[in-house]
Amino acid sequence: MAASSSYQRPDTLDEALAILAEGDWQVAAGCTDILPATQRKVLDGPIVDITAIDELRGITRTDDGLRIGATTTWTDIIKADLPPAFDGLKLAAREVGATQIQNRGTLAGNLCNASPAADGVPPLLTLDAMVEVSAADHMEQVPLAAFLTGPRQTALRQGEMVSAIQIPTAAMSGQGHFLKLGARRYLVISVAMTAARIVAVDGVVTEAALAVGSCGPVATRLPEVEAALIGRPLDVDQITDAAVGAALKPIDDIRASGAYRTNSAAELLRRTVEAV
Amino acid sequence: MLVANDTISLFINGAERHVATHPGRRLSEVLREDLDLKSVKIGCDAGDCGACTVLIDGAQHCACLAPVIQAEGCQIETLEATEAVLVQRLQTAFLNHGAAQCGICTPGMMVAAMDLLRTVPQPSESQVQDALGGVLCRCTGYRKIIDAVMDVGETPLRRGVDGPVVGQSIPRLDGQPKVDGTEVFGADFVPEGALLIRAVRSPHFHAEFAFGDLTAWAATHPGVKAVITANDIAGENAFGVIPPLADQPALARGHVRYAGEPVALVAGEPDDVEALNLSDFPVSWAPQPHSLTEIEGAASGASLVHEDRPENTLIRGNVTCGTPDEALDAATHVVTGRFETSYVEHAYIEPEAGAAWMDADVLTIQACTQAPVMDQEETAKVLGLPKNKVRIIPSAAGGGFGAKLDLTLQPLLGLGVLKTGKPCYMVFSRTESMKASTKRHPGTMEASIGADASGRIQAMVFHGDFNTGAYASWGPTVATRVPVHASGPYLTQNYRATSRAIHTNGPTAGAFRGFGVPQAAITQELLYDELATKCGLDRLAFRRDNALADGDRTPCGQVLQAVGMRDCLDALAPHWDRAGEEAAAFNAVHKDRKRGIGIASCWYGCGNTALPNPSTIRMGITPDGRLKLHQGATDIGQGANTVIAQIAADSLGIEIGAIELIGPDTALTPDCGKTSASRQTFITGRAAEAAGKALRDVILRQTNLRDLTKLALGEGVLIASDGSTERTIALGDLAADEHGYVLSVEETYDPPTTTLDENGQGTPYAIYGYGAQIAEVEVDLKLGTTKVIHITAAHDVGRAINPLLAEGQIEGGIAQGLGLALMEEYIPGKTEDLHNYLIPTIGDVPPITSILIEKPDPEGPMGAKGLGEHVLIPTAPAILNAIRDASGAKITKVPALPHRVLAAIKAAQP
Repeated sequence: MAASSSYQRPDTLDEALAILAEGDWQVAAGCTDILPATQRKVLDGPIVDITAIDELRGITRTDDGLRIGATTTWTDIIKADLPPAFDGLKLAAREVGATQIQNRGTLAGNLCNASPAADGVPPLLTLDAMVEVSAADHMEQVPLAAFLTGPRQTALRQGEMVSAIQIPTAAMSGQGHFLKLGARRYLVISVAMTAARIVAVDGVVTEAALAVGSCGPVATRLPEVEAALIGRPLDVDQITDAAVGAALKPIDDIRASGAYRTNSAAELLRRTVEAV
Repeated sequence: MLVANDTISLFINGAERHVATHPGRRLSEVLREDLDLKSVKIGCDAGDCGACTVLIDGAQHCACLAPVIQAEGCQIETLEATEAVLVQRLQTAFLNHGAAQCGICTPGMMVAAMDLLRTVPQPSESQVQDALGGVLCRCTGYRKIIDAVMDVGETPLRRGVDGPVVGQSIPRLDGQPKVDGTEVFGADFVPEGALLIRAVRSPHFHAEFAFGDLTAWAATHPGVKAVITANDIAGENAFGVIPPLADQPALARGHVRYAGEPVALVAGEPDDVEALNLSDFPVSWAPQPHSLTEIEGAASGASLVHEDRPENTLIRGNVTCGTPDEALDAATHVVTGRFETSYVEHAYIEPEAGAAWMDADVLTIQACTQAPVMDQEETAKVLGLPKNKVRIIPSAAGGGFGAKLDLTLQPLLGLGVLKTGKPCYMVFSRTESMKASTKRHPGTMEASIGADASGRIQAMVFHGDFNTGAYASWGPTVATRVPVHASGPYLTQNYRATSRAIHTNGPTAGAFRGFGVPQAAITQELLYDELATKCGLDRLAFRRDNALADGDRTPCGQVLQAVGMRDCLDALAPHWDRAGEEAAAFNAVHKDRKRGIGIASCWYGCGNTALPNPSTIRMGITPDGRLKLHQGATDIGQGANTVIAQIAADSLGIEIGAIELIGPDTALTPDCGKTSASRQTFITGRAAEAAGKALRDVILRQTNLRDLTKLALGEGVLIASDGSTERTIALGDLAADEHGYVLSVEETYDPPTTTLDENGQGTPYAIYGYGAQIAEVEVDLKLGTTKVIHITAAHDVGRAINPLLAEGQIEGGIAQGLGLALMEEYIPGKTEDLHNYLIPTIGDVPPITSILIEKPDPEGPMGAKGLGEHVLIPTAPAILNAIRDASGAKITKVPALPHRVLAAIKAAQP
């Protein structure tokens, strides 16, 4: 364990949780969001750096599904052997910043940073991801949609941290896909992005999970559009501009107008589903 | 809890190193400052630029995003500390391909390439793009970097051939330090014991301000040695690039005119000053009403940015010839349009940085710059020093593109040294750089152009309002250049072009590659497409029919010579036909994606507009037989160090390897003016040509030879031959001059121009360069996204002194033009980092075909014309014309972001 007064780097989750219980510490992993947020040359504390905790790194199969440890990076996801349901997540991983960012940034950090444009959120929503929240005295599984409470806001309370992301077995079937729309090829914050996971049996859609990001305060699933896809052969015409638009609350910003976002989200979603 | 700094062990290229430091310190800082691995460059401290890319356990990371503790026990490789063989091959490939221009991104690019090449020795283009996608380059346009990485192998370094070197694609002479990481940029040299200076800057666009108790504040902040304000300025607290309009305070006095304007400096011990939270600095602000756009600034009732400039008007420009209104009325076809452009950030990867110290009684400033002599003059003026008590040593400049022409941190460094008596250094953060530096002028432009029934241009009327921001800077230059060039390179005998530079509280708009001409070209070239269509003519043929030719008069009344405009268009014609056929074939089988082609031309006068702008070159031979070229033209990546030496070598008649470059350095090199206005190859080149010839004459006299067929230098001797007689001169026997030379010359060239009268009539430039580009694009009709597929560029360079470097200029200019067209929009207060301000990445610049046209200009050195700015001008209008061809979308505001394109597509649908 390396330490200084304001920078702690524990070796175990229990140690980390004990430190967090003491007061107002910020959890650091890949630091791809928190170092850019400071003009300083040091990440000045109080910081709990969780990257030395072996038990938090990596992807493991469990009885309940798949467990993605809190310090698992985008590159870990890209390199992992995962079922086709995760193809959307893998595509999203390749679109996060560029290789340097993918080598450092973590999925859990992406969730905790809670940007409306977080690349990981739409595919994880389609995988029915649960966020494993740990504290010294409790641990709970929070659905991702409930974990993200607003732009830059999460359900994490003082003393808590994300220890893993869990994908339930039920959500690991089918085929995933992801598309991101931005103004340049690499290192770009999305204007809109869409993820889909479709399960079809004998040519009939039995399960559909669709999500859109960058088109509202948080990324969102589209249950009504999903319902329209189920019970028939895959038909992207069911994904109407009106239905998609009704599910989104986009804003105008420097990257695009809100109206454009709604329009492009519907188009992107159709293309995402078509590519599944 | 431990309070002391931890000792952390890192393995640098296999060797264990221990550093005692804060565990949360950025790895980039530890590598640069504690381990002296200066190839790790800092461009943003945010993972947005990749200049600090290193390998950690073999994988590429931005070192600025890694707390050093996370690298403990890891293997770390930087460009200077890694396996030698692969790096050597990469260096050779980068030099051979001209893949390093300014060199600031080069180490990061090469390290990212190593990550790839270790697993994929022969990568595809897309693999290179994926691997290098996290490193931004603003100079090269990336294509030569891709070529280099795909060509890493056994190829030896290409050397110059024997004999003349003008016309040879020799690798840049100053290239080696750029590819081995030893180049010294502004932040790479800090004198021993130097204090760090930080600026306190205005958070408001417009405000009055007052300081509280500065002494008390300083006393309560350990390590702070001095607080400096406008009261400490002994000279004239107003600098500028045009002396009569100098209006910019080094430190504001009571009143700030833009967000980011410096009001005070804090100097002190580096660790302490770095850690200061300046939000408790005792200054109170009283915000005032502000304007940010040219429309707001020009509105009646807008508060005046400068009391003595009514209507917020800095200056107006005008060029008029013939009877434009009557001719427009009589024209068969007339098109009219209004276009808007945005603030554009230069986004060089090196934020402003430098150091200063006293050398005896001379204040010496080593910092990145494009204009060392102006830095010297203006800094001396501000500090109240005689000019000869200020010395400017330009550091390597990690890009400039115009914004490092203006003074940036030079007077601030000087103030720090004078106040503290100690060496000082200053490094702007990315956000500080973006807030404080100049930008491309946003423009709102309207024009009407008329043609007769046969498609001949009859008249053009143009007006442009340009947002010149808070201070004058190069606003007058833009206001003057635009009316001179707004016709484009087409014969326009009835013409009125007016301009107005309007002050606002936005960032100061200054020089940016093209001085307003790229904005005007968007207006003119988009209207030309409409006019060609109205006339029922092919868009290329329409331009060719109207192109300027030898003997034609410009709207300024200047009779032109050596006009290569038609040559450029003729060279493009087969590409135009091929591109059109390919687009049609694609469109026949695609519904939602359509391809289109567009063309646009450029012309651009080289050198200052209607003003003297001489360059002086000194060459000398030392008693021990060394030939030195005092080359004062700052090389910001464009290649002056190489091109000027090539001209001098051939003019003298000596092998280029015999030339040693000196400078730039105001103590060592005569004034070669500014690296601006595409003037160095032409003007400094002419001075170098003259110096080479003069030295040759000196040698002829000294040797009593009539001709020189061979000239060589040896240890203390000069050997010359006229083919039949060989003479050897013992140089040590000759008397040395004040510079230590036994044979020396100094030659000056100033281009012949005249002032312009009230109608803009006269000879503003001695030489013009010409060019045209074809853009092939694919537009997604449902999403409004544009993908540029290919650019074909033909540029008349008069004589390509170094074709490799010329292509590098073309490709780099195209990348910036692509950014201007499609993504770059600087919004004050919102896009002040490289996360929110987007420049093209390696995946955004398409293959580029460059065609060099050589129509020699008798006024140019060996026929050469300027090129650096020309190359950017046609790109944006060519892309916009291609978007319209593909989709019908008529773009009237750049950048053509997807939402704007989609709206324009919808507007164009019946």
